[in-house]
Amino acid sequence: MSTLSVLAIDIPYWAQSLLRVLGGLVAVLLPAGTIVYVFLFKMMSFMQSRLGPMEAGPFGSLQLFAEVGKWLQKEDICPERADKFIFKLAPLIVLASTFLLVAVVPFGPDAWFTNFEAGIFYALAVSSVSVLGILIAGWASANKYSLLGGLRAAGQLIAYELPMVLAVIGVVIQAGSMNLQDIVVAQNAGSMFGWDGVGNPYVLTQFVGFVVFMVAVQAELTQAPFDMPIAESELVSGYMTEYSGFRFLIFFIGEFATAGVFAMIASILFLGGWGVPFAWFGWSDIDSIDNWMNIVGPLILFTKMMLVVFVIMWVRFSYPRFREDQLQRFAWKVLIPISLVNIMVTAILKVAF
Amino acid sequence: MTMLTDRQQLSYIAAQAADARVNLELETEGMTLNIGPQHPATHGTLRIIARLDGEQVVWAEPSCGYMHRGYEKLTEVRTFPQVTALINRIDWLGSFANEVPFILAAEKLMGIEAPARAQHIRTILFELSRIANVSLFLGDLGVQLGAITPVFMAFRDREYVLNLIEGATGGRFHPNFDRIGGLKDDLPAGWIDETRTVMKKLRNFCDEIENLLFGNEIFQSRTRGIGVIPRDVAMQYGLSGANLRASGVDWDLRRDQSLPMAWNKVDWKVWTHNDGDSFARCWVRLQEVRESTKIVDQLIETLPAGPVMTKVPRIIKVPEGEAWVATENPLGEMGYYVVSKGDLGPFRVKIRSASFNNMSITPWLLKGVYVPDIITILASLYFILGDIDR
Amino acid sequence: MPKIPGLFKGLGVTLGTLSRTVTEGANTVQYPHEKETPPIRARGVIALHEGNCTSCMLCARSCPDWCIYIEGHKELAPPRRAGGKPRQVNKLDRFDIDYALCMYCGICVEVCPFDALFWSPEYEYSEPRIADLLHDKAKLGEWMQTVPEAPELEAGADKKGKK
Repeated sequence: MSTLSVLAIDIPYWAQSLLRVLGGLVAVLLPAGTIVYVFLFKMMSFMQSRLGPMEAGPFGSLQLFAEVGKWLQKEDICPERADKFIFKLAPLIVLASTFLLVAVVPFGPDAWFTNFEAGIFYALAVSSVSVLGILIAGWASANKYSLLGGLRAAGQLIAYELPMVLAVIGVVIQAGSMNLQDIVVAQNAGSMFGWDGVGNPYVLTQFVGFVVFMVAVQAELTQAPFDMPIAESELVSGYMTEYSGFRFLIFFIGEFATAGVFAMIASILFLGGWGVPFAWFGWSDIDSIDNWMNIVGPLILFTKMMLVVFVIMWVRFSYPRFREDQLQRFAWKVLIPISLVNIMVTAILKVAF
Repeated sequence: MTMLTDRQQLSYIAAQAADARVNLELETEGMTLNIGPQHPATHGTLRIIARLDGEQVVWAEPSCGYMHRGYEKLTEVRTFPQVTALINRIDWLGSFANEVPFILAAEKLMGIEAPARAQHIRTILFELSRIANVSLFLGDLGVQLGAITPVFMAFRDREYVLNLIEGATGGRFHPNFDRIGGLKDDLPAGWIDETRTVMKKLRNFCDEIENLLFGNEIFQSRTRGIGVIPRDVAMQYGLSGANLRASGVDWDLRRDQSLPMAWNKVDWKVWTHNDGDSFARCWVRLQEVRESTKIVDQLIETLPAGPVMTKVPRIIKVPEGEAWVATENPLGEMGYYVVSKGDLGPFRVKIRSASFNNMSITPWLLKGVYVPDIITILASLYFILGDIDR
Repeated sequence: MPKIPGLFKGLGVTLGTLSRTVTEGANTVQYPHEKETPPIRARGVIALHEGNCTSCMLCARSCPDWCIYIEGHKELAPPRRAGGKPRQVNKLDRFDIDYALCMYCGICVEVCPFDALFWSPEYEYSEPRIADLLHDKAKLGEWMQTVPEAPELEAGADKKGKK
């Protein structure tokens, strides 16, 4: 079933591919732009009792376009002693991992780019590709601060990959599937102790897993309090120090687009994704869902994503950052044991019920 | 071959030795990291040369003087009234507090004393500049440790204090309000009421910062036990101000010496802390802001009536002699040794600024810490570049 | 009552500020659209009352960084009384202040024995080129319009405030 076959239009394969690429661009850039405006520009300003950008467009809503225009005009500086090819490649790798990540996100019952069985496995795997980009950005810059930042990033992202995977395993056990679409359906079609008013969002049954996952996402996105790799007050933005112009823009978009995509995955895994509890409309499984959910579903997912990003950003604007060793200790000594216990308990309960 | 000074040679040998130590232990190569002169954590142009083993500092030395403006020399070619305009710029966040010790030294040489009302207003403005200075420290502390919100709260509430200073003196940053023999002018009407409300806001700000930053477990884990200065080391290195009091030394020049100022007329407390770590230094400063708001509150209630200026000649000539006056400035002990030969201007002025002496402990303190802790320690030592380089 | 962990208190502070900003408005001022009025004593710019100036050079000499440039010449003015001798007056040719150098210390205003210099709270006189900050006596005279009355003094003040 392809993305658009529901509309009963026969589209040639190349047009479908083109539409998917466009859809992917929209699915990555639209949330990223919204997040930057709503949270980075406005919410942060309000939390600091100021108004944020107000001049470009109504309430500064076009500020991001102004910033993009500014960055595109700037010179693309490449340090003399940098490894030029890798240096220029690094931001693209980071952004590519975001685009790969969005490929498995389901936006509605039939609205998806790809729908394959090991979806969450794939998502967690490609999310670590960005580590590579960050590491080589730090290395290729020929800058001591960037090197420290890149190494810190590598250590941190690898350390937090593990609790993230372990937190997801609880969900996978409960849903009985690694397919993201199936996980959404399982949550919305499910019931808690016979009551199906809200379905069975795993944020309730897998609350520990949710918290661990969110902490790991925070670290994976290098947002405060886990922003040791970019640490602007000590490492002067770490691996991004030497980047300017549109390469910095790519890093910048990558940061917030990845935040958006991870928030989507978090809301798919724990908040019921694009769906509403099926009992509300008397649906039973994915085939009985009305077609209008393909339009409303993305909006629901978008709303849930904004909620999750709100929490991520709220924490980011409130907390100071950890030190590198504290961060590692927290991952290995706190998060991983907790998520292991969570898996065990989930497995026992799964067998028991 | 380039010529090396003794000092450069010594530091080179020290660097070699540090390298050798690194190489012996892990067979790793050391790395020299220049923190500054352009670095967001150095509040200006301080340069810290750190030799790193991984992320651990093996050897560190501050390199000062990138912003040396030669104030001691400049004062020799200025008249006494002109000097206050210059020395405002030493510690630019608490400028009024810089003027006071110099003026007191000049008054001491001339054998005059400011009227009681002028002394009171001087003390109020002194404490206001302390609040403006240290409240910015409290916000900046957050930024150094990665929290971006506190600094905006600090700027927001410091603005009220700056407005007060501007309302009374006309200058936000550089009041230049102190004159030999008193003050330039009296307070404008309505100023005292405004001060009362602002002091409430400032106490509120302290509570907010305490909730947002000091109570935060991450902040505590970043600062507790980091950069511990024991009591005797603190005294040996000549620390002063909150850095010294955080090491458990109960020493405050406002209380411990008698100056023609109004501190001894009000009821306040000198806060100390026994831990001597970064958290203690920050905490003592937070308490000092609260204490300062109390001092100001009491002083504006008991403001005596009278003139703000004694009789002084129109052209001030300070009689021959030498005088040393130091006060407890926001950053620590700040003193002026003024030598006068009976001319219009001083013959020689020696400025003892707090930050310069506080910085001297950094090589001892930074040894063995991690790179993120350098920032914590520098932030908690709290220096202002103008105060180091003068 | 159990102690609330500091982490949640911190979140509360930021959320509180967020809601305060939304309901009561921000603490910042949208500068070109709305302006704050500086206090009366604010040292914004130095205004010159040309008629009072006798080009005595006191201000230029007392300036710590010598940013005041004065040129004048002596002129014979008609006598006050009929039949008297013509008076000799100092005529001001040039009175420039280089605001790129000025430290805003206010010493010149204070030493002026004839009340020719005043502080004005005016602050919008930035220039794109640093050399344009050298303002002449015509410009300084224009700022006389913005010089406010001296403020009332706080209770207990002894002398009447001057300028």
